Amino acid sequence: MLQDLSLKFDKILKKVTGQGKLTEKNISDTIREIRRILLDADVNFKVTKEFIESVSIKAMGQEVLASLSPGQLLTKIFFDELVTLLGTENVSLKLNATGVTVIMVVGLQGSGKTTFCGKLANKLKGQGRKPLLVAADIYRPAAIEQLVALGDAISVPVFRLEEKDARKIARESVQEAIAKGHNTVIIDTAGRLHVDEALMKEIVDIKEIVQPQEILFVVDSMTGQDAVNSAKAFHDQVDFDGIVLTKMDGDAKGGCALSIRSVVGKPIKYISNGEKVDALEVFFPDRLASRILGKGDVVSLVEKVQSEFDESEAEELEEKLRKNKFDFEDFLKQIKMIKKMGSLSSIMAMIPGIPAQLKNANIDDNALVRIEAIIRSMTKEERMKPKILNGSRRSRIARGSGTSIQDVNRLVKQFGDMQTMMSRMTKRGGFR
Amino acid sequence: MKLFKNVNFDKLKESLSKTRDKIVNRITETISGKVKIDSEILDEIEEILLTSDIGFDTSYQIIEDVKKRLTGEKDRGEAAIMNIVKDVIYDLLISGGSRDEYQPAIETKKPFVILVIGINGVGKTTTIGKLAHNFKSSGLKVIIGAGDTFRVAANEQLEVWAQRAGVEIVKKDKGSDPSSVAYETVQTAVKGNYDVVIIDTAGRLHTKHNLMEELKKINRVIQKVVPNAPHETFLVLDGATGQNAVAQAQEFSSSVPITGLVITKLDGTAKGGAVIQICAKQKQPVRFIGVGEDIQDLQTFSPREFVNALFD
Ligand SMILES: Nc1nc2c(ncn2[C@@H]2O[C@H](COP(=O)(O)OP(=O)(O)OP(=O)(O)O)[C@@H](O)[C@H]2O)c(=O)[nH]1
Ligand SMILES: Nc1nc2c(ncn2[C@@H]2O[C@H](COP(=O)(O)OP(=O)(O)OP(=O)(O)O)[C@@H](O)[C@H]2O)c(=O)[nH]1
Ligand SMILES: [Mg+2]
Ligand SMILES: [Mg+2]
Repeated sequence: MLQDLSLKFDKILKKVTGQGKLTEKNISDTIREIRRILLDADVNFKVTKEFIESVSIKAMGQEVLASLSPGQLLTKIFFDELVTLLGTENVSLKLNATGVTVIMVVGLQGSGKTTFCGKLANKLKGQGRKPLLVAADIYRPAAIEQLVALGDAISVPVFRLEEKDARKIARESVQEAIAKGHNTVIIDTAGRLHVDEALMKEIVDIKEIVQPQEILFVVDSMTGQDAVNSAKAFHDQVDFDGIVLTKMDGDAKGGCALSIRSVVGKPIKYISNGEKVDALEVFFPDRLASRILGKGDVVSLVEKVQSEFDESEAEELEEKLRKNKFDFEDFLKQIKMIKKMGSLSSIMAMIPGIPAQLKNANIDDNALVRIEAIIRSMTKEERMKPKILNGSRRSRIARGSGTSIQDVNRLVKQFGDMQTMMSRMTKRGGFR
Repeated sequence: MKLFKNVNFDKLKESLSKTRDKIVNRITETISGKVKIDSEILDEIEEILLTSDIGFDTSYQIIEDVKKRLTGEKDRGEAAIMNIVKDVIYDLLISGGSRDEYQPAIETKKPFVILVIGINGVGKTTTIGKLAHNFKSSGLKVIIGAGDTFRVAANEQLEVWAQRAGVEIVKKDKGSDPSSVAYETVQTAVKGNYDVVIIDTAGRLHTKHNLMEELKKINRVIQKVVPNAPHETFLVLDGATGQNAVAQAQEFSSSVPITGLVITKLDGTAKGGAVIQICAKQKQPVRFIGVGEDIQDLQTFSPREFVNALFD
């Protein structure tokens, strides 16, 4: 599915690329594709419609820059708009420094509330807080046992009562927290449908009783078009403060997050991506936008390259990268640019599809100076055909550049890795 | 023997009334006064289909089918268009093998083995409780296997359901091999002359290779005891799930053969339209729907009633 969408988008780019500028015609083709991408990603029908309108308006108003293809420009507008809608920054929990902070967790059945409560308690405990978990789901079979077991595993106490009264459990849990010196109360509530009036009333009452600093709405990332209805109903009733998007370790696009955000305007605070207690992440809008789009942060790359490179040179470089003809000569030329643009690894980090070990391990930014020296000690032929670099050539280069033969070997290997990666990336359509 | 006597079509209609409101009322609204411009009506229908999670492709396919069937039609009024949309969707459901008179063929096999699979939190365990209750109240001897040895309190949860349904349960410690639980359950059933065996499994994302392999193993182990079992493998889908349901059905059925779908949580406002997509694309039948958290909230899926409830 992920690949499907990526391919679809590549098709758009191909269609628009090379037509020189954004016209109503090429936009309308692309817009249709964008609409499909959003709908396939479970973005709500109406939200998609509004989104498309704003992208079209922005696109039409933009001037096409010489070195960006219209497709790239449109991708950038699309991407930026997605990020803006998803919320431009991470919003953290409101945790009181003194007194008791109450966090209440609500949502539909099976969305992942109880699991999330355990994860959050674990995280906050790691930050030095003293959490108390509260088992307020009195309906689901073994819901309390589930929370107790999760609490046990992370050594966080769980407050429970034999009585089946969620309001009372919530009220007494706060008193318990005060008495036992817990500064954070996390209330796990039962899953409920937004159309269930009696159960919705229950969480409204609990909110009234415990006055939580944070109410978090937990939503399954696979939710479809109905996400807007349930989220809106929960929001109307308890005015929640943030969203938790769960099961993100699957391959759902998570477009429902975009729908929910645009309907209730509340930030996404956490991403849950696994069943284990540590599978919890803070939310980065650009990552979700990339996921919906089906691409890595290729736009930021384009943007960065754009701002620093001479336009024609950038085009030439891109062409070479695509044809896998990028050699040491080009590398040397780009080192200056790279220095200006920031670290090589930060540039790598922006390119989609690069394996983490390549991103992290192989590029030593501080070695740029050494690299430059090594390349300068190569003959023109060696720079253009790194394959001919045999042992004796390598030791000559090492001597000439005042480095060691290991340094030269490492560079040649890194360069080879990079070329393989580039060709893989361009084959996959990562670059355009 | 008639199983699932508790099927209550009023409740089905009630639970689908939101679906109906959405589809019918809007079609009615659009159609009244605009009867002649059927391309506009079709656009509106497309919107309704898409907001029901029927998905881009299948919605397109339905619209194209409706258009085609309309060409020969002199009467392009409201009723005619609605009937055609109904027929097209009904045919898609039927093409997947759904049918009104479905009952698990319990009489043909003893023990009759049912495996229940699906991603996390969709309602597998609850559905098993409801199924067990139905079989039990039909006078059958039922045993369930607690094959979710992974999630905390999964055993305890299924035990509550076993108690409620009044059926036997086989369970092992958390962390045990799920296929050994399945093995033991089926073996106990054979020895104890049980009619029906239902095996619960841990929720697993269809993207996790090792967990899908684990499922294959469970399947194989069951076959060691009862050849050709499981006789039914139900994939449970959450009715609120969007386009990912299609990938779920695809991936699960490529690891073990699925014989039917169960759509849960249709008591909310979600349309469950992804079902139509799976029926159309993957030729899967829908067998049951979940319409609540109580033990009686399971109904046999009836494509005719489903479509009728949509368009009453
Ligand atoms: N793969 C995956 N599974 C998750 C994630 N979060 C929760 N789950 C699983 O989803 C299922 C439901 O999670 P719960 O935490 O019980 O959900 P809940 O919202 O408390 O459910 P109810 O209380 O019944 O409404 C369990 O099998 C969890 O292990 C996640 O981020 N990824
Ligand atoms: N409203 C409603 N809730 C349901 C329905 N079926 C199940 N649920 C609820 O959904 C939640 C999850 O159900 P489970 O049966 O635990 O789901 P599961 O698939 O076994 O979950 P895991 O084993 O954790 O993967 C529970 O709160 C159930 O009560 C239904 O048809 N309607
Ligand atoms: Mg729970
Ligand atoms: Mg279960």
